[in-house]
Amino acid sequence: MVIYGLFIMGLCAIVGNVLGEVLGAMLGIPANVGGVGFAMLFLVLVTRKLMDKGKLSKLAESGIQFWNAMYIPVVIAMAAQQNVVAALKGGWVAVIGGLAAVFLCFFLIRPLAKLADTGSPADRTAAAE
Amino acid sequence: MDFLSDIILKVVKPNGLIAAFVIVGAITWFSYWCSKTLTKGRVHGSAIAIVIGLILAYVGGEVTGGKKGIADIALFSGIGLMGGAMLRDFCIIATAFGIDLRELKKAGVAGVLALVISMALNFAIGASVAYAFGYTDAVSMTTIGGGVATFIVGPVTGAALGASSDVIALSIAAGVVKSIAVMLVTPLLAKPFGLTTPAAATVYGGLMGTTSGTAAGLAATDPKLVPYGALTSTFYTGFGCLVGPSVCYFVIKALVG
Repeated sequence: MVIYGLFIMGLCAIVGNVLGEVLGAMLGIPANVGGVGFAMLFLVLVTRKLMDKGKLSKLAESGIQFWNAMYIPVVIAMAAQQNVVAALKGGWVAVIGGLAAVFLCFFLIRPLAKLADTGSPADRTAAAE
Repeated sequence: MDFLSDIILKVVKPNGLIAAFVIVGAITWFSYWCSKTLTKGRVHGSAIAIVIGLILAYVGGEVTGGKKGIADIALFSGIGLMGGAMLRDFCIIATAFGIDLRELKKAGVAGVLALVISMALNFAIGASVAYAFGYTDAVSMTTIGGGVATFIVGPVTGAALGASSDVIALSIAAGVVKSIAVMLVTPLLAKPFGLTTPAAATVYGGLMGTTSGTAAGLAATDPKLVPYGALTSTFYTGFGCLVGPSVCYFVIKALVG
């Protein structure tokens, strides 16, 4: 049933966020450390296991796929509620600081990604398969 | 006329989320139409839709003086729910379905490295710009540096260090500028800067850090890359809140006294 897909995903989301909050509390910071990231990893691992066993029905999968497909519309709605006015009125410190960080970081994508590609030879053959 | 608008508001207000589906659906349709006919597919439809979203956010902010863009106008309040943190995070998690674990493992170390390098770089840039504009005390410099990292790291760092409220507001503004800049420039810079593979997307998420920025930036570039970038970026804010008021502050304090 469709709800099973949402059940799995919802459970991953809650467990992941709890883990992120606990990690934050243990480090003594008022922030969630990677909660959504943990949830993503859980979802990958759980659905992979279930699919290998043939236990993830097409309908359950469609429950997950629906939200996967809703991602871009949700992002559009997110863009529509950004505090654009504050960003433009923040003055030059905010504008220069924010833009400089973005442009400098773009230059680091290629060298760091290259690092990923020149992993161990075993990885390379695995990727070539 | 007033009678009609009252009735529309009466129907739309309690059905905010449904109204949001209609509005976003219309924006999407218009954007993809523009993409196809006006740009011959060169500019991604979702990139246009995100720009329209940002313009609406600006209009909403100017009209209401609020902080939540178009969602502050009663008729569009459902946009706030649809694009809020709850559904955004749920959809980001859903994108993980279909992630290739091999790709992720390959880029794992590079992703973590990106996170660390970017954090140091962001604090350095923010603190230098702050210094250049006359904010020469270590607390203000660190807070603005945090804001350049993300608009959450800034205020968290500032609150921990006891920064003044105008500096905290400035740090939030810097973070919002960054997140919007990432949304806008990613589709334009992706190809020339090699953002075309899952490994590069993993690195990119760690470098940019802003969850909303990377989410929108990658969506407008190549939806297949979204989960890789989103995954690393979700660790960025937490990491920044950890090192901002501690390591970064000590380093900056040692440098400026």
